[in-house]
Amino acid sequence: MSQGTPDKDHDAARRAFLRNAAAATVITLAPGVTLLTMGRAEAGIAKPSGPLDPKKRWGMLIDTTKCASGCDKCVAACKKENGWEAREGSPTDPQWIRKVDVKDPGTGFEMSLPVMCQHCEHPPCVDVCPTGASMKRADGIVLVNRHICIGCRYCMMACPYKARSFEHHEVEESDKAPWAPRGQGTVEACTMCVHRVDTGRIPACVEACDKGAMLFGDLNDANSDIAKRLAEYPSAQIRADLGTNPGVRYAQLP
Amino acid sequence: MTFRLIRLVAVLALALGGVLGSAAGQAGEIGPKIAIDKSKGQCVRPRDEMRRTHMQLLKHRRDETMYRGVRGGKVSLRACMECHAVKGEDGKFLTVKSPKHFCRVCHDYAAVKPDCWDCHVSVPDAAAGQAMLKLPGHSMHAEASGLVKYLQGGKK
Amino acid sequence: MKRIHYSELEGRAGFYIALIVLGAIAGAGVLAAWYMEHYGHVVTGMTNQIVWGMPHVFAVFLIVAASGVLNVASIGSVFEKKPYKPLGRLSALMAMAVLAGGLAALVLDLGRPDRLVVAMTKYNFKSIFAWNIYLYNGFFGVVLLYLYVQMTRSWKIASYKKAAGTLAFVWRLILTTGTGSIFGWLVARQAYDLAIYAPMFIALSFSFGLALFLLMLVALYKSVERPLGHGLVNRMGRLLGVFVAAAAYFVAIQHLTNFYAAEHQGVENFLLFGGNVYSFLFWAGFVLAGTIIPFALLFSKSAKTSMKPVVIASALVVIGGLSLIYVIIIGGQAYPLVLFPGKEVSSSFFDGVVNPYTPSFPEIMLGLSGFAIAALLTVFAAKNLRLMPTSLADEDVDPHLVQKSAQVVELKKAA
Repeated sequence: MSQGTPDKDHDAARRAFLRNAAAATVITLAPGVTLLTMGRAEAGIAKPSGPLDPKKRWGMLIDTTKCASGCDKCVAACKKENGWEAREGSPTDPQWIRKVDVKDPGTGFEMSLPVMCQHCEHPPCVDVCPTGASMKRADGIVLVNRHICIGCRYCMMACPYKARSFEHHEVEESDKAPWAPRGQGTVEACTMCVHRVDTGRIPACVEACDKGAMLFGDLNDANSDIAKRLAEYPSAQIRADLGTNPGVRYAQLP
Repeated sequence: MTFRLIRLVAVLALALGGVLGSAAGQAGEIGPKIAIDKSKGQCVRPRDEMRRTHMQLLKHRRDETMYRGVRGGKVSLRACMECHAVKGEDGKFLTVKSPKHFCRVCHDYAAVKPDCWDCHVSVPDAAAGQAMLKLPGHSMHAEASGLVKYLQGGKK
Repeated sequence: MKRIHYSELEGRAGFYIALIVLGAIAGAGVLAAWYMEHYGHVVTGMTNQIVWGMPHVFAVFLIVAASGVLNVASIGSVFEKKPYKPLGRLSALMAMAVLAGGLAALVLDLGRPDRLVVAMTKYNFKSIFAWNIYLYNGFFGVVLLYLYVQMTRSWKIASYKKAAGTLAFVWRLILTTGTGSIFGWLVARQAYDLAIYAPMFIALSFSFGLALFLLMLVALYKSVERPLGHGLVNRMGRLLGVFVAAAAYFVAIQHLTNFYAAEHQGVENFLLFGGNVYSFLFWAGFVLAGTIIPFALLFSKSAKTSMKPVVIASALVVIGGLSLIYVIIIGGQAYPLVLFPGKEVSSSFFDGVVNPYTPSFPEIMLGLSGFAIAALLTVFAAKNLRLMPTSLADEDVDPHLVQKSAQVVELKKAA
């Protein structure tokens, strides 16, 4: 990957995957119409999406060699999509995704990468949650079921990736996105844009990355672009030693 | 002795209240009246059923969405707001902060606080998240049409 | 030796003053909780980095201490130590009261305390937290049964005292194991993830619990001027000294084990030698005030003739215990989470920096109200139930204690 597979291939495969996903959702319509319909689907006009496919495991591959320090397009896209805001230096504001700059103190080597919920196969946050609010969907996406979250924050203690935030403030009506409910006193985190994935779209951060550093897809489908790349090039997981087997993979880690 | 007397009076009063209350219930409608816009068609269930069991429907759908990714369609919470949202005097949709909000009219009367609106948007999608959706180039439509181009092979 | 008589707490004015003062502190805590819930946790010192704060320090201390308070009863009915038998009723009741105080502080800090019923109806059995909910609720049931067996007039039921006591003792050991494992099973953080947390918390509960019980016992008996023997208090004080030493041993092993692994030296250096509030609380709070001074006081010569050293030592154990729990909970979170071992990291989400924490007034109030609720319930119960022996004078409790104190008096005279 670091040798640079041409971006065109990467994009073409992504398109193919998306067309398939879209076709699977609403078969009868042409691709263009499908998407427009899906845009309104959640507003209650079209027939419901799902149920999800338990054979899938959604994941991401992030090519850190293409990720630039100082670029935070993925973070900005997530904020816009999900309606959260992190004022600079505020320790109580949520952060679903953040850019981390990493430096090797011995060699001086530096790199930058986005870190969000890693959507583990064995998520510690799900293990510790007393009510089962912290949950993993059958397709590998880790979520907080905020209907039964009591706000104990044990999941935040248990997460090795600092991926979760507690909503310290009341969420104003104008800050709420209809597809991403958020509320005071509960824990929240990256949802891998589950509302988009369920309706055949890709996560907002992946869509926003114009450097081709982020790839989204089904890890279990050997023919998917992401699975092919993972099979062909080396990749790593953050804190792989913990055995959580995250669904978010990185091509090169420091 | 006086205590016993008080207790007897209290029990009698309660019993009488119960009888009167049920009689009033049979005599006619109790509870607040609210106008419902029927121009968009029928509700997903008959009126009387909705009054009693809407919470079960919502709860069932909530779990379907959380665990199985079932979104959209007629029984989603967002679809409810499409028909049941109430407009204020200024023509804007009322949020749940207003006592005239569709849910609050009955829930205030019954003194039951719905737990939905701490997190969910309490107005129809079109009126929601004004601050976010008004950002340049960020409307559902613009985004979707951008995606169409992208999928067809063009530049986003 | 006389038959032990139990009676309700005497006094009127004193009782009501105690009730008002303790009620006011408890009420302030409830108000603080309401304030935190209304405005959100933004009004506390807690953040997305320090997710558990002052209420948890107090709550964990009290929950750990609660099972230790019950030890006094267990020593009497399970281990058949005669001088402890008259204390069984008060010990069992106070154990429940202290647990209730700790749980109150814990649940009132939840982000959604209104959803407490969810915590009681939905369980994830892989979570030690969920198990603890069973263990805490079960503790009330088991200890209530134990109390009933101790207080009943039916000698048939009373003959099950040892069985009920054993059940309660085993239950409390499992309960403290569960509390310790809340931290011991957190694999993500450098300061936790150690199996020793469970036995360490049991050792801590022995010393915290006995210290709290001694303070309450002396306060109650002095305030209503019932006889309380020096020999008894001294004997319990010496046991507290043993518990303090045992707790210190486990804490030492915990830090030595963590320090040995190069991987964890960062966090250990930070907690023990960081020159920060945590290293101060550890050395000055736990080691000096909570271990060395009480140990010296409890085994001092003056402890044999006076209750003062025991009372002071007990208070110091409580202060030292709170310091240690603060170091464990807050210090463990203040040290940055390690995402990339051996690398320097920075981000907009405070990666790689030591997280600051300043407890806010409502948080401290909520924590203190846990203590107030525990004391309030104990005093109220002692006023209405026959929990306290009318006399705890040495000759009424155990003649052996009298012989010992007689020796002491002789020693004193000789000196």
